[in-house]
Amino acid sequence: MIPRTRHVLEFPGGYTRTTGPVIGRFLTELRDRRLVGVRTATGRTLVPPLEYDPDTGDAVTGEFVEVGPAGTVESWSWAGSPRAGHPLDRPFAWALIRLDGADTSLLHAVDAGDVRAMRPGLRVRPRWRAERTGRVTDIECFVPEVTAMTASVRVEYTVTPGLALAHFLSGIARGVFLGSRCGSCGKVYVPYRLSCPECGVAVTEEVELPGTGTVTTFAINNLPDPRAPEVPFVSAYVLLDGADIPMIVLIGEIPAHEVREGMRVRAVWAPESGRGPSMDSVRWFAPTGEPDEEV
Amino acid sequence: MNRCAVIGVGQTRYTTRRRDVSLAGLVREAALRALEDAGLTWKDIDAVVIGKAPDLFEGVMMPEAYLADALGAAGKPMMRVHTAGSVGGSTALAGASLVQGGVHGRVLTVAFEKQSESNATWALSTHLPFSASLVVGAGGYFAPHIREYIRRSGAPDHVGTLVAVKDRRNALRNPYAHLRIPGIDRAMVEATPMLWEPIRYLETCPSSDGACAMVLAAEDRLTGSVPAWVLGAAMRSEPIFRAGRDTVNPRGGRDCAADVYRQAGITDPRREIDVAEVYVPFSWYEPMWLENLGFAPEGEGWKLTESGATALDGDIPWNASGGVLSSNPIGASGMIRFAEAALQVRGMAGEHQVDGARRALGHAYGGGAQFFAMWMVGSDRP
Repeated sequence: MIPRTRHVLEFPGGYTRTTGPVIGRFLTELRDRRLVGVRTATGRTLVPPLEYDPDTGDAVTGEFVEVGPAGTVESWSWAGSPRAGHPLDRPFAWALIRLDGADTSLLHAVDAGDVRAMRPGLRVRPRWRAERTGRVTDIECFVPEVTAMTASVRVEYTVTPGLALAHFLSGIARGVFLGSRCGSCGKVYVPYRLSCPECGVAVTEEVELPGTGTVTTFAINNLPDPRAPEVPFVSAYVLLDGADIPMIVLIGEIPAHEVREGMRVRAVWAPESGRGPSMDSVRWFAPTGEPDEEV
Repeated sequence: MNRCAVIGVGQTRYTTRRRDVSLAGLVREAALRALEDAGLTWKDIDAVVIGKAPDLFEGVMMPEAYLADALGAAGKPMMRVHTAGSVGGSTALAGASLVQGGVHGRVLTVAFEKQSESNATWALSTHLPFSASLVVGAGGYFAPHIREYIRRSGAPDHVGTLVAVKDRRNALRNPYAHLRIPGIDRAMVEATPMLWEPIRYLETCPSSDGACAMVLAAEDRLTGSVPAWVLGAAMRSEPIFRAGRDTVNPRGGRDCAADVYRQAGITDPRREIDVAEVYVPFSWYEPMWLENLGFAPEGEGWKLTESGATALDGDIPWNASGGVLSSNPIGASGMIRFAEAALQVRGMAGEHQVDGARRALGHAYGGGAQFFAMWMVGSDRP
């Protein structure tokens, strides 16, 4: 067994770092919540600034210009498991950020929340620390600019079904489909209604329709619905016997791919205890087993 | 009735998410491009007509009120049109009628949708209490009618696939199109799952953000741009719940087309129209509307599709732009059809230009195939 122990090497009080005039100016401005770069002889703005132009080796001009505070992410790397020395204790991105007005990029952390939020071109701004001492960590990190917000729109209101639908639903509550016959064209509508859309006249004759009918056409839905959570489910147009207009209903008790146009079906009602003035009282329509109708 | 012409068209690039612009920024982008095309500025516009699909799509109630000054409408007449999915078309027609009626000399029409702000299927399936219907989104509504068309016509299964491939191939030539799928072919479409059988995933339209705008002008208010003359325009609607309503071949669509053809002097649409931009959000609606609009006898629309007649190199190209199947900012989709028809007869459709197009049909439908809007535009002054 090889012995192991912890050892700390730390210069008492910490090393001194002389900043020189250029980086010193940068850090001084940073402490005052300003970002500055320095101009080179060729007119470029270096951020963070250097005492020399890294391309030519010439001294910089000594002209400082304010840049940022916003900038654009040029490149980034995601730190999914932050370490003790990292600037943030949650996943973040290290990013090269070109501050507005700068010709070089600054390495800093971006608190983006989610790796999917990161992309080249992302616009970011500094999040400043309240206590600043003249270090690059006076900027806690950069955060994306506001580009969207969530608007919670919620309306709560009382809904009444209207006279005709209320009457129809009162029939549903007792297990019958109520329709109405137009005195002018003789067409039977279901659900029950008070006027004929074809003739534009009031309809007064009530018709009680049987819970049997024929599938005229249908869709096999592979996207779930709160009322039909299992997929695939079949929504079908069913023409109730004696009606002249089909209703859209759920089909049950048969595999989806065995449903046919012309198939005879009957309403399957919820148990009487569970029935009320709602279409939930009809569980679905199921095949009757009779021969298919000609469609 | 005064003559009316399209003198400017502007579109945004259609895409899944335009996160870089607000609603106002989106409509302005299209409107400014239309103004630029027409060689005009906001001050040259007399009135603004705006259209979009249900407010629940973005959750902004009456967006026209907030967008009025974004569209330079301060101090001018401004109105909003809403006819569900056909709204882009009926917005253009409402604008055209202001010119044709002599009320205004130049009208800006704009239509938009920013589907990424919420979810259209959610907004179309709110399941209000007491509702007796069970429908999941637009696909859930239209699938049974498509099934009925296939049964009635005896069309082979692959016809829907052919449309899906053709329109997406056309989209590759349109820089504004949303869905651009290089190498799209039948196998790719057929490999995608059924969402609402018989509708496959790649047989449906995408959800898009985008806006489209047009400048419409009276004859004495034209600019230097090439005009597309309005030769005929009509809207029709029909009650969704009417016993005996033919949901496969709706009478509203037939009547609307007949009215437009009568105004434009068209007796044989397939021969006399050079290109058509028709609202086909699910692939099977191409053969269905070929019949409804009189391009083929009833039951035979699919034969036209299958023969390649509706392809870009066919004798009656449908949706040279890629159509709704390739870009669907819902409220704008109808106006895009109308605008693309105008671009064709102006000779400005770029890579998807149909050579020598002189008469083009723009079409939109909406709701439960119950609202119809169409126009015919032409290169020759009527």
